[in-house]
Amino acid sequence: MNNITDTLLRLVSDFKGSFDGAFNIREDGECAGRQSTEHIQIESKTDAPGIIVRVMPGTKGETVYIPACVTHGNLDDLVYNDFYIGEGANVKIVAGCGVHTDDEQEARHNGIHRFFLDKDSHVLYEEKHIGTGKGTGAKRINPVTDAVLNEGAVMEMDTVQLSGVDSTLRKTTAKLAARARLSVRERIMTDGQEQAKTEFDVVLDGDDSGVDLISRSVARGNSYQEFHSAIKGKTRCTGHSECDAILVDHGTVNALPALEASHVDAELIHEAAIGKIAGEQLMKLRTLGLTEQEAEEKIISGFLK
Amino acid sequence: MLLLQHIAWGLPEGTEIIRDVSLDIGDNKLVVVTGPNGGGKTTLAKLIAGIEQPSSGRLILDGEDITALDMTQRAQKGIAYAFQQPVRFKGLTVRDLLELASGGELKEAVLCDLLGKVGLCANEYIDRELNASLSGGEIKRIEIASVLARHAKLSIFDEPEAGIDLWSFSRLVETFEELRTAGAGTLLVISHQERILSIADEIVVVADGKVRAAGPKDEILPTLLSEEKTARCPLGREEARV
Repeated sequence: MNNITDTLLRLVSDFKGSFDGAFNIREDGECAGRQSTEHIQIESKTDAPGIIVRVMPGTKGETVYIPACVTHGNLDDLVYNDFYIGEGANVKIVAGCGVHTDDEQEARHNGIHRFFLDKDSHVLYEEKHIGTGKGTGAKRINPVTDAVLNEGAVMEMDTVQLSGVDSTLRKTTAKLAARARLSVRERIMTDGQEQAKTEFDVVLDGDDSGVDLISRSVARGNSYQEFHSAIKGKTRCTGHSECDAILVDHGTVNALPALEASHVDAELIHEAAIGKIAGEQLMKLRTLGLTEQEAEEKIISGFLK
Repeated sequence: MLLLQHIAWGLPEGTEIIRDVSLDIGDNKLVVVTGPNGGGKTTLAKLIAGIEQPSSGRLILDGEDITALDMTQRAQKGIAYAFQQPVRFKGLTVRDLLELASGGELKEAVLCDLLGKVGLCANEYIDRELNASLSGGEIKRIEIASVLARHAKLSIFDEPEAGIDLWSFSRLVETFEELRTAGAGTLLVISHQERILSIADEIVVVADGKVRAAGPKDEILPTLLSEEKTARCPLGREEARV
């Protein structure tokens, strides 16, 4: 494992020289370390690049780390990872991704993750993205997440991308059976000429299923963001999405939320707001002794916390 | 400690809101500013906090001319201001705000004490976001706590009673009294509440952009109430006795 990977791992996951629990480290398209545990098996795919993670039914409190790093330009990494979460299991999956290039060549990671959550299982999925390196080569991360939640399953997705990724297209689709819940918290900050697009497509297919989708973003410089979400309620269910964006400098945000209800008891709500930092917020913090710039930083860091 | 000398301020289109206000606010005093709605009380408070700049006149804080200082610099000089209508923040928590106000990390016991002063139980609130999930009364009390956290030389409270329930209000009045007893700085409270007026050292009546009356509570309070009776009865106080 090289030094850049070591640095990236510390930025995108709680790596402190080693991982505690099951892990698979992907470095420049190769496996740089793997460990299974008694309850969590990680094996290579035979038909495509990537891994299969199997969490045994009833597994509680374990964490699986599956970080991926691209440490130089001229690399287009594509990986297919599948996760099978057994009935009643409750685990945390940490899937950070760091891309680094010091030259003019492009560094790119495309991670395609499929989740199959059995009945009453619970997954906390954390994904932190970062781009580093002085190179002019574009740093791109394009994650795809497909989740199938069986009855009573709960998935919490927590995604963060705060700097250095030139372009990202994040596609998330999910299908929820009865009583299944999906909650997504997305935080994005772009600057310069960066572009970030996210697409969500969630189908609420079972009675009393529910989704809560919260996106907070800050677009600085001349960066561009798109937030497109579609929540489809086919039965008695609840769906809520909220997209809040702060513009700084000349940033642009395009929010296109869609709701589709095809059942009288499908309750779907969307809230969206795009604008600069409220003047009253800056004023309040300035009357506490902060400068305008300090106040702006505090408001943004709180907003993206 | 704070001198206002011939302060004036108007709207951009020319309407005068504050006209030639001069005031001398003493050290460690509890001064209550009262008067009819729209009379210029909040504007006066904002001029002191630096949120608005006077079109003419000077402000002197402990001998130093602070007229040209902006709100950040005035805050750093020891002026604190509790907004009448507090703003909400998505993401910032009660703890974040109180720590920003005090200028450093706060222990649970200190947070508990600060929130207790406005009738809130700290455990339920310190990690709450300052967003729309808080009621008007809750956000208002947190706003007041954020000013208490500053331990400022001059703390301005703009209608602290607005939106607060009776019980929390009683606690707040006690807090103002405690602060006065402790001699922990000057309090300038904009209020119409008799209970707040009754604990004042001095009362300033602002109406129509001017100081109509200012002086010790015992002098001003009786005239205030008599004026109120007069205002209610078109015949005036004397005739109303009949």
